[in-house]
Amino acid sequence: MTVVRIPPVLREQVGDRKQVDAAGDTVGALLDDLVGRHPGLREQLLTDDGGLHRFVNVYLNGQDVRYLQVLDTPVGERDTVIILPAMAGGV
Amino acid sequence: MSPSSSLLDAIGHTPMVEVARFCPNPRVRMLVKLEGANPTGSVKDRVARYLVDDLERSGRLKSDSIVLEPSSGNTGISLAMICRLRGWPLTVVMPANVTRERRQMLDIYGARVVDSVAELGSNGAVALARRMAADDPRYVMPDQYSNPANPLAHYETTGPEILADCPEVDVFVAGLGTGGTLMGVGRRLREAKPGVRVYAAEPLPGEMVQGLRSLDEGFVPEVFDPSAIDGRFLVTTAESIEALRRLTATEGIFAGVSAGGVLVVAARLAEQMESGTIVALLADGGWKYLSEDVWSRDLDDESVEALNLW
Repeated sequence: MTVVRIPPVLREQVGDRKQVDAAGDTVGALLDDLVGRHPGLREQLLTDDGGLHRFVNVYLNGQDVRYLQVLDTPVGERDTVIILPAMAGGV
Repeated sequence: MSPSSSLLDAIGHTPMVEVARFCPNPRVRMLVKLEGANPTGSVKDRVARYLVDDLERSGRLKSDSIVLEPSSGNTGISLAMICRLRGWPLTVVMPANVTRERRQMLDIYGARVVDSVAELGSNGAVALARRMAADDPRYVMPDQYSNPANPLAHYETTGPEILADCPEVDVFVAGLGTGGTLMGVGRRLREAKPGVRVYAAEPLPGEMVQGLRSLDEGFVPEVFDPSAIDGRFLVTTAESIEALRRLTATEGIFAGVSAGGVLVVAARLAEQMESGTIVALLADGGWKYLSEDVWSRDLDDESVEALNLW
């Protein structure tokens, strides 16, 4: 199992927890497992064709997976996955 | 150097300094570009000048116009200096939890400050400013998040300066806010040197500043094209501050908190490289963070993550 950190805006869908466990050896498999356990997350995280929602960023050990292999990025049990909403930066 | 006829001519041409004692890999050369050397102390002087020039050229400014912009500080301060010189009144919409110094500087330059809800972060400032502009036709928004003049400032000034001072650049790292620096510098560097890699450092937002009600309130700046960079890294405020302290201790450089985040990423990339040259852009100096005791506070104390320091 890999630890997935959930942002405040999505916590209602996971029983108000800051982090949850999910299983999968790629980011895609992990997200599938996550939305299987917490169905309310599905339409928030994924588009109808199974891609990542435009306003969702997923980070593997701090690195945006869109610049790795997106949903095919390999994940290990000791990795940390962080989900965040796309937000404006300070400027 | 000959004297400048206006402070605006003193924008840019900032120093680039090698930071060999800070760099974790002796086979990699790391250089930092010190944007704190700009007239109001940040990289945003470059952007603000292009934004105001763009507004004046576009004919959108009338005799009763008020320039309005959302900013967590630096852009607002730069606009305040330039609007003062050009005679335009300025209103800045700023999250309520920014450091005191940013507010003080806006006061000094005579800008009006409107607070947006701290918990909504910069998203809240952008949304409030856009509503104000829609409701009152006197407000004219340069809108750094969507205005191509923002990346253009970096394409025409920051990028060429980096190529002139460090033609051997292999990797460029900057903070991600609007994406203007990364887009403008990145495009210029990639055109000149197709193999150059461009990386973004972005702050891990604290729990208290993520007050979105739904993901649909998410925001991707219009000027940001994700395909124009090679990677993006999250950095915590505590990690950023640690790097900042190490930079001051090893190299004597006094920089702002986002600069610390950029350095965390630059150091991580340096460790992975066999050899090569990294240029990291440090957006501002440390002055505007003194009131938050950034150089002395306990980083285990989670209150640091609630501050708006980028």
